Amino acid sequence: MAHSEGFETITGCKVRVMRGGAGAPLVFLHGASGAAKWLPFMEELSSRFEVIVPEHPGFGQSDTPEWLDSISDLAFFYHDFIDHLGLGPVHLMGTSLGGWVAAEMAVRSCEMLRSLTLVAPAGIHVPGVKRADMFLMSPEELTEALFHDKAMAANMPQPASEEELMVVLKNRLMTAKLGWSPRFHNPDLKKWLHRVSVPTMILWGDDDRLLPAAYGPAYRDLIPGATLEVIARCGHLPHVEQADLFTRKATAFIEGVAA
Amino acid sequence: MKFYLMHLMPYADLDLDYDKEYNSAWITLPNSYYDPKKGAKLYNRYLDELEYADPLGFDGVCVNEHHQNAYGLMPQPGVMAGALARRTKNVKIAILGRALPLLNNPVTVAEEFAMVDNITEGRFIAGFVRGIGAEYHAWSANPANSHERFHEAHDLIIRAWTETGPFAFEGKHYQFEYVNLWPRPYQNPRPPIWIPSQGSSETIDWASHPDRRYTYLQTFTPVAMLAKYMQMYKDKANEHGYEATPDQLGWSVPIYVAETDEQAIAEARPHIENFLNKFLRMPKEMLLPPGYLSLKSMMGVMKAKSSIGQKQTIEAVMEKGMFICGSPATVREKLKEYHSQIGFGHLLSLLQFGTLPAELTRKNMELYAKEVMPYLRDSTVVRSAAE
Repeated sequence: MAHSEGFETITGCKVRVMRGGAGAPLVFLHGASGAAKWLPFMEELSSRFEVIVPEHPGFGQSDTPEWLDSISDLAFFYHDFIDHLGLGPVHLMGTSLGGWVAAEMAVRSCEMLRSLTLVAPAGIHVPGVKRADMFLMSPEELTEALFHDKAMAANMPQPASEEELMVVLKNRLMTAKLGWSPRFHNPDLKKWLHRVSVPTMILWGDDDRLLPAAYGPAYRDLIPGATLEVIARCGHLPHVEQADLFTRKATAFIEGVAA
Repeated sequence: MKFYLMHLMPYADLDLDYDKEYNSAWITLPNSYYDPKKGAKLYNRYLDELEYADPLGFDGVCVNEHHQNAYGLMPQPGVMAGALARRTKNVKIAILGRALPLLNNPVTVAEEFAMVDNITEGRFIAGFVRGIGAEYHAWSANPANSHERFHEAHDLIIRAWTETGPFAFEGKHYQFEYVNLWPRPYQNPRPPIWIPSQGSSETIDWASHPDRRYTYLQTFTPVAMLAKYMQMYKDKANEHGYEATPDQLGWSVPIYVAETDEQAIAEARPHIENFLNKFLRMPKEMLLPPGYLSLKSMMGVMKAKSSIGQKQTIEAVMEKGMFICGSPATVREKLKEYHSQIGFGHLLSLLQFGTLPAELTRKNMELYAKEVMPYLRDSTVVRSAAE
């Protein structure tokens, strides 16, 4: 199925948006490495849902607005985004940094949400669980740390042009701006996760070195009624490394909510 | 020209085999490598060396700030400046500098610097930097906000020094209901300000602005780059409608003087190579966190063949003019040549580097002070009189 790519100007910021499929709207919020390409799991999901994938302000081909200082700014921005596009209540899915944004949106208001799918989300701190420091890793080290399957890591495409390298640097800069300190969490978030009032599923790879799977139960216990699915032989990117299993689980959860 | 003794205070007793297990002498090297018994001796030895600069006739002594590393043991350089304030009588004391973006409260630096300025009755020089990239890892300061915080902290400190308090300060990163500095600086309106940098057109543009006219200090750079940046400062000053004076230009460089060229190279070699390959060692991601450089500059770094991590030799740094080494005559000639080409007014010599031991440091200081400095003082005075 073909997907479309275009730009929307929302809250004074031009963002790139990919859209594909038909059905209930599903907004996917990407992680630190951006959303340059329409990935196989997006294509799979678009057979059941209308999949909407924005590139965050400050990432990829989207503008970097003056007002963007924190994850809180992004959370409010995406409420504007849903309003502006007239999407109505959406299934919200976010991974890593984008999972943090999704959680922050949900504690602010669930009025425009139908469900919440958090994939190895950042946002909270779990004492005693050691995270890897992506900011001290070379690009090669980071790619390796993201995957359970070393062969898959080795096959990940590296930036092929100056333009693509610039996007990598831009994404890394905004990731630092949003997540350097406190490192990838908001100390206040866990105080308010009880406000999440839509069905929530949390997915985690069992071999996630960036945000270890031990974060999963902690997150689950903070959100009323949330379920946790741990995916075996999988790193920080279940939607890439175990795309088929991920899509099946996500689809079953979201369709279960709709039913 | 004025002469300063710069010190980094490295942990010279570092187990140099650390790099078999760790990839850097910064941030991630466990502090179990630091032995307080040895460190205490080093601190006192290094303070002795800085104090010795006073009777040797230096114009000033300089300390600086680095965190969580074996390269420089002065995370709080104000402690060193305080110790030197009472034990020296004539030299200026420069803190080059404090890394302003790291600070949660820049007023602490305004206070600390004003105190040293008072105790020394105005022998103080203030330095402001962004700090090298590793400091942002060490202090969890967000490198993406580095430029914003530098400028805001700078503006706050200048106002604290020069405006009658109390006043309120409302910035993006810093907010204060009352700023009312006790003590005010001794020097009126404020201490001289130096801006150390490894070379940045943005920094030069800012430092040379007529509202500031800060002394731009080029640190540890090939001499060709030094010439380029000094010229850039002069050109910027011209664009702003004034002529930059030598007092606005400084250079900081490691120097080693011995009886002959051969002896100087033989004596300096292991210690400068340790400085380059052991103490400065860090991966690119540690040195250049996101936001430390502009995206455009970062792109240049990514495309350039990296010299970080490659083993450096004494010959390579001497060739580039990043290290001046030789007999008194050789060192005099080189410095005289660079001075006449480039026209800096402040020369900061790093006369202890890496593992250079106490006896050689002292010999280096004495030869430099007795056989090099007077000659250059005379020749550069003649030169400026002839202009």
